[in-house]
Amino acid sequence: MSKIKQRFVALPKPVKILLWVLLALFAYALPLLEPPIISTPGVDFGGVLFVVTMYCLVAIGLNIVVGYAGLLDLGYVGFYAIGAYTAAVLTSFHAHWPLLLAIPVAVVVTTISGVLLGAPTLRVRGDYLAIVTLGFGEIIRLVAVNSEWLNQRKGISDIARPPSIGGQEGLFEIPHLFWGDGTVLVDTKDTTQFLVFGVLDQIPYYWLGLTVVIVMLFADRLIKNSRVGRAWEATREDEDAAELMGVPTFKFKLLAFATGAFVGGLAGSLYASRQNFINPDSFLLLYSILFLAAVVVGGQGNRWGVLVGAILVAYLPQRFREFDDFRVLAFGLALVLLATLRPEGLFPPRRTVRAKHLEQELEELEEGAGGEESARV
Amino acid sequence: MSEAILEVQNLTLKFGGLTALDDVTFRIDEGEILGLIGPNGAGKTTCFNAVTGVYRPTSGGIAFQGRSIVGLKKHKITQQGIARTFQNIRLFPTMTALENVLVGTDAQHTTGMISALFRLPKHRREEQDGHERAMDLLRFMGIHRKADELAANLSYGDQRRLEIARAMATNPKLICLDEPAAGFNPAEKVELMNLIRRVRDRGFTVLLIEHDMKLVMGVTDRIVVLEFGRKIAEGTPAEIRDNPAVIAAYLGVDEEDAS
Repeated sequence: MSKIKQRFVALPKPVKILLWVLLALFAYALPLLEPPIISTPGVDFGGVLFVVTMYCLVAIGLNIVVGYAGLLDLGYVGFYAIGAYTAAVLTSFHAHWPLLLAIPVAVVVTTISGVLLGAPTLRVRGDYLAIVTLGFGEIIRLVAVNSEWLNQRKGISDIARPPSIGGQEGLFEIPHLFWGDGTVLVDTKDTTQFLVFGVLDQIPYYWLGLTVVIVMLFADRLIKNSRVGRAWEATREDEDAAELMGVPTFKFKLLAFATGAFVGGLAGSLYASRQNFINPDSFLLLYSILFLAAVVVGGQGNRWGVLVGAILVAYLPQRFREFDDFRVLAFGLALVLLATLRPEGLFPPRRTVRAKHLEQELEELEEGAGGEESARV
Repeated sequence: MSEAILEVQNLTLKFGGLTALDDVTFRIDEGEILGLIGPNGAGKTTCFNAVTGVYRPTSGGIAFQGRSIVGLKKHKITQQGIARTFQNIRLFPTMTALENVLVGTDAQHTTGMISALFRLPKHRREEQDGHERAMDLLRFMGIHRKADELAANLSYGDQRRLEIARAMATNPKLICLDEPAAGFNPAEKVELMNLIRRVRDRGFTVLLIEHDMKLVMGVTDRIVVLEFGRKIAEGTPAEIRDNPAVIAAYLGVDEEDAS
């Protein structure tokens, strides 16, 4: 694994970019290719992939809060719900705004809710914060259950879809592949219209979700490698020491919370648009836990790790649908195994990996009467 | 007479019924190395904590460069120019040595989310300034070859050095070192003494808590002695060495052994 990584890092920059572009293209083409083992039998593959991108988005956002800033948030689904409900209320229930106008508003509303929740609660630490956020997630759902303005349990339907490009027919049709016994055919009857956000074909939503994920990955990288990212990390490692080194820790914790809420709200509003219908049951506590599982399973603090975590958590239960309820059992077992065998997640941040490397090197050096030490005066 | 950079006036600090600091008054002049000594539990670190804003004084005043800093937030005090190290090393263990120092340089920076996200000129400028200063400080402390190593993986001595580098990175006027020589062998202590002098020569004023009498006597310009939260003596190292109260309280009966 690390050898592959080393070889990749050693490649010249244009080659690296080319590989990334190819990977992205493959990701975009995935629902058209419908490769036999990866594809989900019995469930719409495009729809599964869309859900996967939403989990990826949420994992990126939650990773900022939990992985970077070290704030345990057990109510992340609350932000997801606020984004979804804002989009639903604005495009269907109380007004008929176009979705592209409603999404920015939904995101802003969610960000503000993040600040409102964070301002009083971020003064408490650790376990207490976890409890407060846990309550927040439930409160949001219960408000939706009880508020007539949000149509209670009946939920909200007819949420606006993104505007299609090229009218009802789209600009052109893209055929899917058909995998027969040992043959691969281009199936001209099974096509996706570019770019129609309709009821049946979910692939355009997947493309939209994937695009947002890619944009967020870039943003995440830019923020992480800056004063903001360092301040988060310092706060996570030792809040008091960070404060004494001139880091306004409260401000940065609030910023992390708001950023997480921003991403969560964005994911929620996209999800609402795709589902076309939401009710309080779309935002159960279970989802908070699944989101957190995605981050922890992948390796909190590493953006690629949490992506893998999100893909596993969202995809595997759909892939193995035929096992029904045993899926949940298997999932639980897998989590227990993971916690025992890889407590830092599947792909811990590079630092943790590098720390282990260094430990090994140091041990080797010590055996060979280290030259490093004697060089120091 | 040079100007006072820090003035502590009748500082009293009580934790419930316990008086940790009792009416302590002293000043630090610009450019000097002031030693703060005393037996265990005398209130040295408490005094540090009051100065850096960790504890709020029960009564009394602390003025930095003529302005009161009582009640200011910890990071504000740091930004105004007081930096410190810790008695028990408190680095950010999962960050590299360079990143630890960068956090220090960030104290004087203002890059926020927007600047970072869009890589605005401010971000570039501050990032470059930070890297240059951080590498410079690491070189000054002699640990620049370990810039990319995790703080947790540095040797004990290098961790101590890194803490001093990180404190200096916040661009302070006054730097408070809390027992920087703890756990050092005699050779390393001599090296540290020279280092503290060089820190002063760079234009920092130094407040030094230290147990090792040889180190304190050798490096400081003046010494303040605390016992049970009270100041019992103040003066040059030579004066302190001959002060009977100090000998009784701190150095013990046999002066030779203690020094």
